[in-house]
Amino acid sequence: MSAADPHHATNRTIEAVWRIESAHVIAGLTRLTRDVGLAEDLAQEALVAALEQWPQSGVPDNPAAWLTATAKRRAIDLFRRNAVAERKHEVLARELEALEQTSPDLDSTLDNTISDDLLRLVFIACHPILPTESRAALTLRLLGGLTTDEIARAFLTLEPTIAQRIVRAKRTLADKHIPFEVPHGPELAARLSSVLEVIYLIFNEGYSATTGDDLMRPSLCEDALRLGRILAELTTTEPEVHGLVALMEIQASRTRARITSTGEPVLLFDQNRTQWDQLLIHRGLTAIERAHKINTTRGPYLLQAEIAACHARARTPSETDWNRIVVLYTELAHLTPSPVIELNRAVAVSMAHGPQAGLTLVDDLASETSLSRYHLLPSVRADLLYKLGRRAEARIEFERAAALTRNTRERDLLLARAASCKTDPTDPKGK
Amino acid sequence: MRFMVIVKATPESEKEGALPDPQLLLEMGKYNEELSKAGVLLALDGLHPSSKGARVKFSGKSRTVVDGPFTEAKELIAGFSILQVKSLEEAIEWVKRAPNCNPGSDSEVEIRQIFEMEDLASVLSEEQIQHKVAKRAELPNQTANK
Repeated sequence: MSAADPHHATNRTIEAVWRIESAHVIAGLTRLTRDVGLAEDLAQEALVAALEQWPQSGVPDNPAAWLTATAKRRAIDLFRRNAVAERKHEVLARELEALEQTSPDLDSTLDNTISDDLLRLVFIACHPILPTESRAALTLRLLGGLTTDEIARAFLTLEPTIAQRIVRAKRTLADKHIPFEVPHGPELAARLSSVLEVIYLIFNEGYSATTGDDLMRPSLCEDALRLGRILAELTTTEPEVHGLVALMEIQASRTRARITSTGEPVLLFDQNRTQWDQLLIHRGLTAIERAHKINTTRGPYLLQAEIAACHARARTPSETDWNRIVVLYTELAHLTPSPVIELNRAVAVSMAHGPQAGLTLVDDLASETSLSRYHLLPSVRADLLYKLGRRAEARIEFERAAALTRNTRERDLLLARAASCKTDPTDPKGK
Repeated sequence: MRFMVIVKATPESEKEGALPDPQLLLEMGKYNEELSKAGVLLALDGLHPSSKGARVKFSGKSRTVVDGPFTEAKELIAGFSILQVKSLEEAIEWVKRAPNCNPGSDSEVEIRQIFEMEDLASVLSEEQIQHKVAKRAELPNQTANK
């Protein structure tokens, strides 16, 4: 179909409207039906109706209201058909009454209600009862307005697998009677961290593709950023939300510099910093300030954002404030101890105090079973050995790292570095 | 993809000391908040009239400065925003929802796609983009800080 085809053009408009409105529509319908799975099915039916009708009738002035009203009519029909089923009559009567009494015009509801519903939808999509990968798929579907096909392509998974994941997740939420609400009190922190984890997982899948031939899938980063920005406006008083947004904005600012035109990865220190997106850096630094204004506690996302900010502020690698980065990593390691963070801290220490100091810390991690398949451990170790002039050892480590990585581009880079250990007689530029 | 939304100037926006109407500012504020809440607004600014600006004309090696104001309002811009969306259609949908800044006269908003790196990759030569392997002797801090 050509782009000039008016039918096709309307479909593209409907897709755009859907992306803008679907989360609000699904959230509103979930409040009415108390069943997120049903709400999403109804919203999809309304979308199908739009695809059938709008090409003839044109896009309505208030597309969200149209979609909601259409979905609600379907809900009422469905409830009436099911009235003979095993539903309690008074429950059904209440639901029907609630549905029929609500105005079809979403604009007439208070903004607060819409925001509340949207936030409830975020929490239900990221509910810890679901496996992480299902949370990611459901979040992209319910809040990002992505189709199953788009999600499948983003995660390099087959569409039926994603569809199955979403169906199962919706069933689990219904079976376990997960309430449509924003958690309160002590539960909030745990639930929020689950939400942040899902968004960052989506971002990372786009930023450092774990599988496949592309080093990055920028559209997935954009989806995650959009979700993070939405969340930051819904929960303005949570420093960690702003921390996560800051972290993603600053990491995304390097997109242009991270990959050559032929798809080779470019390491942080080799990146042309004039290509870093100053607008995104500025947004990231602003998000960090927003977090600081709330209170002085620094959670793991904010700490990582501040580390990223140290790099963003340095016009050249030599201007990097490594001492501050060591402090931030030390704080992060206390908060969320992990071998990966220790590895990063070792890198920072090597930059602040020389490769030998870093290597000592890296060697302490050699026995970490959780890192035994982690290609960055041998990769970092190789680099430190290289700087110390221990080229033969470095070569073995680079090759080990190459064998462990699942990313084709990264493997090529590591093998190239391994080869350079043989051919490069020059002295290292170590400190 | 990112789009620049360019609000064209009008005789009203070009008036000396022109300031937007307070009611309109409120409406625009509400609309911009909606864009923020949807996570699509990257940047946004309004511009003073061209009387407070200048033009630098290029001709070979010479540079000539012409002070504002400039007369052809249709050619001027009064403000801009940068949206990050999935398609031109999505940008159009958002722009259609904006309040009318010039209820008294006809006006125009232009939507233009911003070049991304991949659009320019074919233009730049390999040497300009590619970093040399030799430079990679510096340590990659490549875990959380790629």
